[in-house]
Amino acid sequence: MERVVIIGAGQGGFQAAASLRQEGFDGEILLIGDEPGHPYQRPPLSKAYLKGGTVQALSLRPDSFFETHKIDLRMGCWVRAIDRANARVEIDGEQIAYDHLIIATGARNLRPQIAGLEHAVGLRTLHDASAIKASLVNGVRVGVIGGGFIGLEFAAVARELGHSVTVAEAAPRLMARAVSEPMSARFAEKHREMGTDILLSDGVAEIDAAGFTLASGRRIDSDLTLLAAGVVPNVELAKLAGLQVDNGIVVDEMLVTSDPVISALGDCAAFPDPVTGRSIRLESVQAATDHARMIAKRIAKGADTPYRAVPWFWSDQADWKLQIAGLAGPTDTAEELADGTVLRFCGSRITAVETINNAKAHMTARKGMASGVPLTRQQFNITPAEVLV
Amino acid sequence: MVSITFIQPDGAAQTVQATLGDSVMQTALNNNIEGIFAECGGAMMCATCHCYIDDKWAEKTGDKSDGEDDMLDCAETEVTDASRLTCQIKVTDALDGLVVRLPSELA
Ligand SMILES: Cc1cc2nc3c(=O)[nH]c(=O)nc-3n(C[C@H](O)[C@H](O)[C@H](O)COP(=O)(O)OP(=O)(O)OC[C@H]3O[C@@H](n4cnc5c(N)ncnc54)[C@H](O)[C@@H]3O)c2cc1C
Ligand code: FES
Repeated sequence: MERVVIIGAGQGGFQAAASLRQEGFDGEILLIGDEPGHPYQRPPLSKAYLKGGTVQALSLRPDSFFETHKIDLRMGCWVRAIDRANARVEIDGEQIAYDHLIIATGARNLRPQIAGLEHAVGLRTLHDASAIKASLVNGVRVGVIGGGFIGLEFAAVARELGHSVTVAEAAPRLMARAVSEPMSARFAEKHREMGTDILLSDGVAEIDAAGFTLASGRRIDSDLTLLAAGVVPNVELAKLAGLQVDNGIVVDEMLVTSDPVISALGDCAAFPDPVTGRSIRLESVQAATDHARMIAKRIAKGADTPYRAVPWFWSDQADWKLQIAGLAGPTDTAEELADGTVLRFCGSRITAVETINNAKAHMTARKGMASGVPLTRQQFNITPAEVLV
Repeated sequence: MVSITFIQPDGAAQTVQATLGDSVMQTALNNNIEGIFAECGGAMMCATCHCYIDDKWAEKTGDKSDGEDDMLDCAETEVTDASRLTCQIKVTDALDGLVVRLPSELA
């Protein structure tokens, strides 16, 4: 019988297993993940879970799902090596042969070389979130290093729970890698209105048990220090196996690696952007699930249409839901419409649409991008109020 | 306990017990109801938790959330007046006996 082995039982690994069955694959499926417990979703870890959410609500599916769908789930199990010559993976004392291998190893928190790093916690796993949740009691002082999505979502929750919060960001604006300047500015104002201290252009120099010191010499006292400085993809396994790696595990438009029976997906995969062709790596539920579905279709049915899904992303910060449709390049310009929608442009092409609490505009953008017809300003029904570059 | 019946497009029905405070989407996942995928985990970003709620229950399941209609417009299954995103319906005592019909996959 044909056997698919999936390394990593996170959002994408789980989806690949579920989609294989949905597409009618009737061979064996092994889903191997090193974390304990059940496959779970990460987005609530910096949102609802910290505000009294339960572990059960994080779970992607109950035990019975894996039984019913004949998915051999091996949790708490670390894959040590991929032996491509013999088409098998190595786990503790066992060699498992595969016909197809899917690498879905995700990413881990970036831990830059900073003195006193051991005093800062990270937020990636349920284990991390549970520890943080336990220390968020009785009005503590929270220091967040890094003003990206996770740092800011966490900051908003901590404020809502009544803790005092400082966010320090080395870049001159928040979420600089992912959103336009006007959006960064609006979120900075929002967090400041909530009573959070937002410090920009000031990276961390040193961390200690009582807080941290910034490059400017400024001192932040904190009882809980969160380091949220981004992630690095888990590519070591692929690299050791001799697969091509460049910022992520390199795959082609079919999401196949440099080995034709090995695919890679989600946070660990560098794939060609269907619009521009440049190699990109996305860290989102959308990428993990859309990659997984496409790979499952290919393995189960031999589908041969290249990956074309429109990227989308969301981030909940207090009562604001930021939504992004599409993908802007770092040098794309921004134009803010009167209703607050921000259009990103590469030349005259709309590359991304950023909105806050505006599902209509977000969906218009997603549908338009999926149709392949270029978006126009008029679809957002508003004349340009201001042009910001 | 609140019981909810899920009916597949082929008529197969499954009645399950729901926990108060869960969403109808979570109830479906906990009970392995086919046809509900909930890829975004209830963030109203994916419409893969789309179902039909009969008229007579519409009042008890409450109003649609802000933006729910816009998201439904993107559903890959057929949308009707009875369409709802099940992640936006909270299980309450008033929903005991609720009937939820699942959409057929568009070819
Ligand atoms: C706190 C937080 C909030 C987020 N919020 C959002 C959000 O609002 N919206 C959004 O779109 N995205 C969000 N994300 C991102 C999203 O969760 C990820 O993009 C998604 O989980 C990626 O899925 P994945 O399968 O690629 O990786 P993961 O879900 O990380 O799964 C990879 C798994 O593989 C395991 N693994 C790695 N190496 C091995 C090995 N050798 N052997 C066995 N197992 C291995 C890892 O331990 C992990 O369990 C958030 C992430 C975090 C951490
Ligand atoms: S679960 Fe994604 S919209 Fe309901």
